[in-house]
Amino acid sequence: METQQSEVLLSIRDLHFKFTLRGQVLHAIRGISLDVMRGESLAIVGESGSGKSVLVKTLMGLNDQNGFIESGQILYGGRDLATLHTDAEWQSIRGREIAMVLQDPMTSLNPLKTIGWQIREAVELHQNLHGEAARKAACEMLAEVGISDPERRYKQYPHEFSGGMRQRVVIAIAMACRPKILICDEPTTALDVTIQAQILGLIKEMQKKYDLTTIYITHDLGVVANVADRIAVMYAGDIVEIGRCEEVFYDPRHPYTWALLSSLPQLGVKGQPLYAIQGTPPNLFHEVKGDAFAPRNPQALKIDFVKRPPMLAVSPTHSARTWLLDPRAPKVEPPEHIRALRERGRALRQQGEVTSHG
Amino acid sequence: MADPREKMLEVDHIRVQFGKKRHPFVAVRDVSFDIYKGETFGLVGESGSGKTTIGRAIIRANPLAAGEIRFEGQRISGRLSAARDRQVTRDIQMIFQDPMSSLNERAKVGYIVAEGLYAPGRHCSEEERRQKVAKALSDVGLLPEFASRFPHEFSGGQRQRIGIARALILEPKLIVADEPISALDVSIRAQVLNLLAALQKERGLTYLFIAHDLSVVRFICDRIAVIHKGDIVELAESEQLFAHPLHPYTQALLSAIPQPDPIAERQKKLLVYDPSCHDYRVDKPVWTEVEPGHFVLGNQRELEGYRKMLTR
Repeated sequence: METQQSEVLLSIRDLHFKFTLRGQVLHAIRGISLDVMRGESLAIVGESGSGKSVLVKTLMGLNDQNGFIESGQILYGGRDLATLHTDAEWQSIRGREIAMVLQDPMTSLNPLKTIGWQIREAVELHQNLHGEAARKAACEMLAEVGISDPERRYKQYPHEFSGGMRQRVVIAIAMACRPKILICDEPTTALDVTIQAQILGLIKEMQKKYDLTTIYITHDLGVVANVADRIAVMYAGDIVEIGRCEEVFYDPRHPYTWALLSSLPQLGVKGQPLYAIQGTPPNLFHEVKGDAFAPRNPQALKIDFVKRPPMLAVSPTHSARTWLLDPRAPKVEPPEHIRALRERGRALRQQGEVTSHG
Repeated sequence: MADPREKMLEVDHIRVQFGKKRHPFVAVRDVSFDIYKGETFGLVGESGSGKTTIGRAIIRANPLAAGEIRFEGQRISGRLSAARDRQVTRDIQMIFQDPMSSLNERAKVGYIVAEGLYAPGRHCSEEERRQKVAKALSDVGLLPEFASRFPHEFSGGQRQRIGIARALILEPKLIVADEPISALDVSIRAQVLNLLAALQKERGLTYLFIAHDLSVVRFICDRIAVIHKGDIVELAESEQLFAHPLHPYTQALLSAIPQPDPIAERQKKLLVYDPSCHDYRVDKPVWTEVEPGHFVLGNQRELEGYRKMLTR
């Protein structure tokens, strides 16, 4: 939002990532370019299978053995992460520079070790503390993520914690590594709404305190609206739209973003059928021709089936991969819901201006 | 209250507990509600609140420790005659949460959908069965040819449709849908929600819709019950509940709904529910109707406050 976030921390350049599976090749990431700015929180939105998890796992070298980077660069701190291969090389990045909070806290903690042991492991590895000092640092970390009575909790096992508390512990472990980038892979999907809001609050707090850059992966647009400065919408292994949070919500340009926003039950009228995207995402085992969303888009242009659209800019911060933004394109009106959203955005912006000036 | 609507299901002070008799874990304490014919009744609560347990008690997968469930005026909990048991199984069907784990991986779709028809006393010929399967599949928007395939060949949304077809083939009157869309993607959710709504219109089905996502529940349900730690704390018509939430837990829950709207989302104020705000030592809470159709759990002092909130 502020202009100070102009420094690029991590830069992905035309990345292609593939998996080989039973002799077939799955093109999971199809030419993504993305800059992550220092201190921002970026949300990557997409359905399952859109490649959002593969993308962030590539940043940490955590993809399965049958996956490989075909071409492209990941520039971080003067290094190209795409050239790293062995675990030993990756160890200087994992945790220390980029840490990750996974979706399900039930499975990301070791059930056989105490909570204290697991946080302490990270503290010893990354903060170079040992013995009593490490124990103390771990307890402090527990208190920091909002767990009361850390001395007692330190000796307990994961099963003695509730889902929300476990997610707090996972965040504590990630933060004990003192990373620069924190990746949150669906951090709240396994949690209830009330707890979800608390966890998002905690992550934001950590971001402020440690000057973190956060990357959220989620399919919940409510969460995105809450946390994101910028949003990247992914579909079929490609970023189809990227822009500041308000731009994507109130002035979306790509038909897929339109469809995604229109199908939210929050915007539906009771008793009437909800807008539904027909069909299913394309099979990435086959080469995708043109705009990947075209077969599901009733208003698709002819060129959408033939040629892949370039990333076209709407504003300096907002661009979308659709031919609709080309000056030669015919005028296609967005669906009704989107026009309503636009109006709403405009109204809110004016209101905001009035209050900020007054 | 004289009600023109016909009660389909009456849940009368049920209690469900697990574990040993001496140290029982009470999952559902004392829950009562009615579901009317043709409506969609929502049951909302966090995980561990007992909402699934109630659903399972209704399909008689969990035995009751106390209370009674009546379906179309007749008792269905406890011991039933074999014929009655079969009839009730046919009338009440369930759709499960996770379509990835609720389908038999080693059976073909045709068998999965037809399984209910194989039960004794419901004999039909192979040809009849095949026709029924084909009809059930096409009703949920799948091709009849899919009957010869295995579940792993389908996407999440399609698998959930198979789950729905399996429930429909017995022509039930009441469907218990336990978080039918929470495991699906946003773009597929709308398809399944529309399908459920269309089937309801077509066949006059009644749904018990169990969910934790309030925005979905608001969209699809006529009435909503909010459950917290085994107690229903509030029950009202959906819009009434969203306009005037009374119980502090309901208020906290509503305040936490994520809005797909960045400005509203950032201005939203979170309410936190603290169970110790109730003083139930002397004054016990009672389940009371504070206005027509709007029930809330509270003691006398709280109820007075709730009534005041409504008149304002």
